[in-house]
Amino acid sequence: MAAVAPAPPRLGAVAWLRANLFNSWFNTILTLLALFLLAKALPSLLDWAVVHAVWRAGDPDVCKEASGACWAMIHEKHRLILFGRYPYGEQWRPLLGLVLLVGMIAASCNHNAWGLRLAQAWVVALAAWLALMWGGFAGLTFVPNNLWGGLPLTLILTVIGLAVAFPLSVFLALGRRSPRMPAIRLLCRLYIELIRGVPLISLLFMASFMLPLFLPAGVSIDEVLRAQVAIILFSAAYLAEAVRGGLQAIPRGQYEAAHALGLSYWQARRKIILPQAITVAIPSIVNIFIGLFKDTSLVAIVSLTDLLLAMRQAIADPEWRRFFIEGYIFIALIYFVVCFFMSKYSQYLETQFRSGQQH
Amino acid sequence: MAANAGTMVQMQGLHKWYGQLHVLNDINMGVARGERVVICGPSGSGKSTLIRCINRLEEHQQGRLVVDGVELTNDLKNIDTVRREVGMVFQHFNLFPHLTVLENCTLSPMWVRGRPRRDAEELAMQYLERVRIPEQAAKYPGQLSGGQQQRVAIARSLCMQPNIMLFDEPTSALDPEMISEVLDVMIDLAESGMTMLCVTHEMGFARQVANRVMFMDAGEIIEASPPETFFNNPQSERTQLFLSQILSH
Repeated sequence: MAAVAPAPPRLGAVAWLRANLFNSWFNTILTLLALFLLAKALPSLLDWAVVHAVWRAGDPDVCKEASGACWAMIHEKHRLILFGRYPYGEQWRPLLGLVLLVGMIAASCNHNAWGLRLAQAWVVALAAWLALMWGGFAGLTFVPNNLWGGLPLTLILTVIGLAVAFPLSVFLALGRRSPRMPAIRLLCRLYIELIRGVPLISLLFMASFMLPLFLPAGVSIDEVLRAQVAIILFSAAYLAEAVRGGLQAIPRGQYEAAHALGLSYWQARRKIILPQAITVAIPSIVNIFIGLFKDTSLVAIVSLTDLLLAMRQAIADPEWRRFFIEGYIFIALIYFVVCFFMSKYSQYLETQFRSGQQH
Repeated sequence: MAANAGTMVQMQGLHKWYGQLHVLNDINMGVARGERVVICGPSGSGKSTLIRCINRLEEHQQGRLVVDGVELTNDLKNIDTVRREVGMVFQHFNLFPHLTVLENCTLSPMWVRGRPRRDAEELAMQYLERVRIPEQAAKYPGQLSGGQQQRVAIARSLCMQPNIMLFDEPTSALDPEMISEVLDVMIDLAESGMTMLCVTHEMGFARQVANRVMFMDAGEIIEASPPETFFNNPQSERTQLFLSQILSH
């Protein structure tokens, strides 16, 4: 064609390929190499995962004879994987709780809805969740929380962990930069450095096994609560550093303008400094959120049955034990979906908060 | 001498050091209600520090500073009182980039003065009109030119209805063609009887609106006199040298 047309809004398939995959000799080689590897790996993978896979079978022997994946194992054990040792007949309760949590998370995604009403709704929802899981009233049998497990436990440890650790971290970060109170500054700094210098596993151990040694006889703190507190304390230290990074990005002129206008310390922080600092820190904050979600699997070492441990208990059944790979893939997918959602959501938030501010 | 009703700012024997550097050296001055004082001097002479002491963005270390009848000490209550009555305009505007122009202007009246939103917005629009920029109310600062941003910053300060306005080199960060739009707003403000302290090198502005021009060097007030005397018959050699440098071109 002779005339150069203005760039079309959407590239055709061929043009897209040329622009993205074959735009230089180096990229062409990489593309061809990747295609070659895919061609090698994909057929056998599809063969295993789809073509020769067994999707449903009540009997593990069917799986043994097939050469493909045994998704029947997931089908057989999904309730144990998802809900752990929660009494089988009562598992509608964690399911309902799961729906409640996911619904609340979905409702909280719209940042225009953030405010006191949403916070109140969360308090009510969490109370309802706990009541539902514990039972012991209105004909619901009591289920002690050492039987809670699987996905609901993983999610609740994450949600409460984030909800408490985040505000705590903001205070820690502000405290660490407090201009007038050296004692507060030192305390915050000490806390952050101490907690960051210790692995989460050892914190969980201390909370579970050492803490009871120091408590007077007869006093015991709930196991799930102990793990939850350890998770909160741990993530707060990391989040505080992310928030501090955001605070450092705010120019001094913003503080000066806020104070010159007569805003108090807390008004300036709440209205001027923190909204900007947290927007700047969103990527690193979400990074820590994602890490926290995956780190909840460490509570397994203090014998809480999170998603990962529930899956391992499910494959402890000798009949199905050989199909552990399918089990790991299944929960890996669950972890991936949640983490991918968090990552995408953070990108959405960043664009929302930054829109209008830039030139 | 106690600050009488007509004195808005009273400084007596004010000193400040940054480590070894003596940035304010025995400053004695008073500013009367409705007076317009322009402060000039070479960079590093302490003129910004001087006006930043008035709303306690900087702390003086010795001497007495009374602003509108309130003495500035470590008493946080007094500092808050003074800051409510003293507006400040900065060289780099310091607008809040995450808030719209209107929100920049209503924030402080709502949170510090406790005005209802509607009331604060009406007031803000009134001042945005006064700085001739009401049509930009819904925009974010990043979408405005430097001159527009500085006018918004002036409106934002005025929304607190201060008794004193401090200007810290308000036109130094602006492109030349935007300086006059900001100066026009400041002249308009001066004509309304506002007590003003301006650190600026806009000598035309000084001639036109100042009651007194003050020259500072090395932390001291070298000379302070009405503009006619200051420009036509400066007493100190240092003032003469400074004036010849900035007026030569």
